[in-house]
Amino acid sequence: MTPFAYRTASDRADALSAHSGARFLGGGTNLVDLLRQNVESAAELVDVSRLPGSISETVNGGLLVGASVKNSALAAHPLVRSRYPMLSRALLAGASAQIRNMATVGGNIMQRTRCVYFYDAEGARCNKRQPGSGCDAIGGFNRYHAILGASEDCVATHPSDMCVALTALDAVVHIAGPDGERTVALTEFHQLPGATPHIETLLKPGELITAVELPPAGASATHSEYRKVRDRSSYAFALISVAGGLEVVDGKVADVRIALGGVAAKPWRATRAEAALKGLPATRENFLAAAAEELTAARPLDGNAFKVGLTQRTIAAVLTSLAGERA
Amino acid sequence: MSKLQNALIGGVRTVLGHLPAAWLPGASPDQLADKRVTLGTQQPRIDGPEKVRGTARFAAEVPMDDLLHAAFVHSTIARGTIAELDVTAAEAAPGVALVMTHHNAPRMKVPPTIGLTNLKAAGNHTLPVMQDAEIRWNGQVMAVILAETREQADHAATLVRMSYDAAPSRTRFEEGKAHARTPDSMLMERNRLEKGNPARKLAEAAVSIDATYNTPWLSQNPIEPHAATIAWQGEKLIVHDATQMINATAGSLAKVFGIKEEDVFVSSPFVGGGFGAKGLWDHQILGAAAAKLAGRPVRVRLSRASMHRLVGGRTQTEQRVALGSDANGKLKALLHHGYATKPLHSICDEGFGLTGRSLYACESFDIVQHYVDLDLLANSFMRGPGEAPGTFAIECAMDELAHALKMDPVELRRRNVATCDPVSGAPHSQSDIMAAYDMGAQRIGWGRRAAEPRTRSDGEWLIGMGCASGTFPFIRMPGTSARITLDSGGHAHVASAAHEMGMGTATVQRQHAADRLGLPLDSVSVTIGDSRLPFASFAGGSSQTASLGAAISAASDKLAAQLLRLAGNDTPLAGLKPGEVRFADGGLRKIDDPARYESFASILKRAGREEVSVIGESTAPLEMLKFSMHSTSAIFCEVRVSEVTGEIRVARLVGAFDCGRILNAQTAASQFKGGMIMGLGMALAEETLLDERSGRIMSTSLAEYHVPVHLDVPDIDVMWTDIPDPRTPMGARGIGEIGTTGVAAAVANAIFNATGIRVRDLPITLDKLNLG
Repeated sequence: MTPFAYRTASDRADALSAHSGARFLGGGTNLVDLLRQNVESAAELVDVSRLPGSISETVNGGLLVGASVKNSALAAHPLVRSRYPMLSRALLAGASAQIRNMATVGGNIMQRTRCVYFYDAEGARCNKRQPGSGCDAIGGFNRYHAILGASEDCVATHPSDMCVALTALDAVVHIAGPDGERTVALTEFHQLPGATPHIETLLKPGELITAVELPPAGASATHSEYRKVRDRSSYAFALISVAGGLEVVDGKVADVRIALGGVAAKPWRATRAEAALKGLPATRENFLAAAAEELTAARPLDGNAFKVGLTQRTIAAVLTSLAGERA
Repeated sequence: MSKLQNALIGGVRTVLGHLPAAWLPGASPDQLADKRVTLGTQQPRIDGPEKVRGTARFAAEVPMDDLLHAAFVHSTIARGTIAELDVTAAEAAPGVALVMTHHNAPRMKVPPTIGLTNLKAAGNHTLPVMQDAEIRWNGQVMAVILAETREQADHAATLVRMSYDAAPSRTRFEEGKAHARTPDSMLMERNRLEKGNPARKLAEAAVSIDATYNTPWLSQNPIEPHAATIAWQGEKLIVHDATQMINATAGSLAKVFGIKEEDVFVSSPFVGGGFGAKGLWDHQILGAAAAKLAGRPVRVRLSRASMHRLVGGRTQTEQRVALGSDANGKLKALLHHGYATKPLHSICDEGFGLTGRSLYACESFDIVQHYVDLDLLANSFMRGPGEAPGTFAIECAMDELAHALKMDPVELRRRNVATCDPVSGAPHSQSDIMAAYDMGAQRIGWGRRAAEPRTRSDGEWLIGMGCASGTFPFIRMPGTSARITLDSGGHAHVASAAHEMGMGTATVQRQHAADRLGLPLDSVSVTIGDSRLPFASFAGGSSQTASLGAAISAASDKLAAQLLRLAGNDTPLAGLKPGEVRFADGGLRKIDDPARYESFASILKRAGREEVSVIGESTAPLEMLKFSMHSTSAIFCEVRVSEVTGEIRVARLVGAFDCGRILNAQTAASQFKGGMIMGLGMALAEETLLDERSGRIMSTSLAEYHVPVHLDVPDIDVMWTDIPDPRTPMGARGIGEIGTTGVAAAVANAIFNATGIRVRDLPITLDKLNLG
């Protein structure tokens, strides 16, 4: 770890006055690890975890979640539990109680891949860590890696559970920066790697996530599930995960939300599957077919071909369960 | 290990086979096998309160003035030489006191390596430590930084600039197999074992199976990373270590630095988990060398990543097992061939080829093990070396045979129980594996198992049950000694340089000494964990309880003799020989005349002595060569497997053990359960991600190297036959490692029963079920 300065931001303006070379620090559950591993370095850490943050209902009946809200607080919030259960479950599927008590919403969105080659600053090549150096995950250990939207330069996945549910729920990211405030749909916030895997989000230098807004919960947000698939029962990143929401009217799909984790460099909104399902009978066969439609774009690697079938079956199982049938 | 060794050991065995058992250690059963007061009862660990309060002092916590902290720079290639090593920036970094490389490291000898002949050897590999520019594995230490704080040392380590002249390296198992070597012997056994025409028996068998099983590299992950706090006082070297080899570490460091053995002090009162990992590795040597150069004490505290790169774990194996039986399941042939990676510089045989030699009666055997030499970190001993991977292969194969025979797998074992050693014909000291099977089967409700795979389910979850045998040899180490000091207040103090890695050494030996000396528990204390105490062998091979037990027993015999001498003639005990008295009620009593008694206090007072002190030693373990001495177990498992995702969840785990007498139900249950959880990790989670392109370990934290979490561990039931072994101290055999054996096979067999899918590669992760 390289020595750095540390200060606590007293308010948003103070945070935004940080000079270039500074990094915002949330709960520190990812960034501090990366500093220790020499994957990241910073001249200064500006701690924004103590900036005021709350969970409040918006005028239109949505929910505004401050960036410094802890993961555990968001998971436990009554409105989240009742209106957006997939979000609560996604949060609780992540990390451990201790880490959830530290990790913030803003930091969770900004967390970086768990690719083992990204983490090995001393001994491995990684285009995300060091642009142009190469990618050792291709041809190496890539069981946890992407099957959708990857490139020849990077096959890493985004590790968040929370973001998968937020993506399915059409969350919007509130951003403040030197040039003022703006909002971006979460689906647009994270970037696919292309030839620039080191560019992971739309956030510009000096910009700070201030909040996440959830639109009012419709039936497909409230009737929802999150299923995380992993080898061990807890404290593991997803091999794949599925956030699903379903509204069935007269046996037919009136509305459906599907987002996938562990399959791409960003939380993956399965728009093709959603579009394919609208108006169809809510049956396992149709869910399987729609999932297959989404996954026609899959390009698995040596170590993760299993994810294609696994994702398809898990999407179908989640939606079938929501439809009230046996998986 | 050589042909000569085979001939020697074979010769000794032959001679011992003709000797009457009465002439050997363990000739008559230890009375404490049955006459027990505190042994066999539940006793909490005496070190528990200290550990809970945080006052137990571990190696990385020993306070020392003027202490420097060490950080390591590791190589990032597997083979080659250092071309350029620029440490100027590191040396100039804040707080840095020393940068040590092969340029300025003191000349040091290679430590003597762990073996059966030198009890003062602790080395785990035969490579020089920081003596030249050569790189022998990816992760070898190239530079040591000493700084005022650990953070400063870590930072300076990032400033070392290094380039290599890389050489071709051998890091691929498959390629290495083509050049595998086949030594004549493996541990104490001959390597190639052919007995009774196995080829013909296999060809003629009514039913047979033939399959290949794979187990991966595993990394050691005790909760306490390796650490040492090291200081020189002139020519004297003081090492506060985390080790399960105290005297051997002292002896080895003396050789490394060319100093006198009595000038090296190793203290290790508490170890936060050993599992075979806590021996002598490069970090203690480098720490001591750097402390010498810097002229200041040094603390070495390995990061989890450094641990994975420097401390060898379980090696990779590939094992082919072929079994043939008659139509009734009686084994006709057992073939066990395989490969294990063992670099030339490694000293650890992962002797999986021993497992099949003792478990079952069989008419013929064909067993051989080949070693693959690669440019990798030396593999080493990891809980149940040999038997842990060996039982996975053999016990999965038995399950496959049972399925082919359409026979209950427990019944198949019953039909092949060995009544003596299946290879040598030596008698068992004690063995009743079916008692364990019957207990375990009843506890798990084996009757609920469906004979046909994939017939039970609960929603999407397929349910199955499996079983497997575990096994581990009895080992008693010679040379381990203990001092008993009895004072005039009737208090006995036991001291030995033995080890406490969390298993309850002092707790159990205190019970032992109390029962042995006829004293209440409160009148006995035990001190272990320091090289200045009477010599002890390592705590490995599940041998320490028997070895230290034998030493205490021998010391108690001497104590009786000494007390009788001190008692003289003016005593009810006058004229009695040691064999005629026993310890009872805080004194000595004639065995067949209870009225003839005198208390310790009275004897010492009359002799004008404050205390009496004797040392006893564990003698040569000839019983191990005369008898077939193995602990066995029956492991039962119930699993649930999602047919949607392939996720595997263990619902129940039962272990029934035949390990002789159990000495402390509480510490034993913990040992068994801990071993079984390690077996669960081996079955479902653990795998060192060794990138074969570079020989580099990519799983260097517990985020990537998965061990079971609480939610993966079901309620575990453990039980034991508690049948005394008449040839061992206290009637007990070691229990430290057997818990790990058999578990992976039981899990794999349960998964087959649940799904109809046979996975022969560990760990069994959901993708290996190939659900599509």
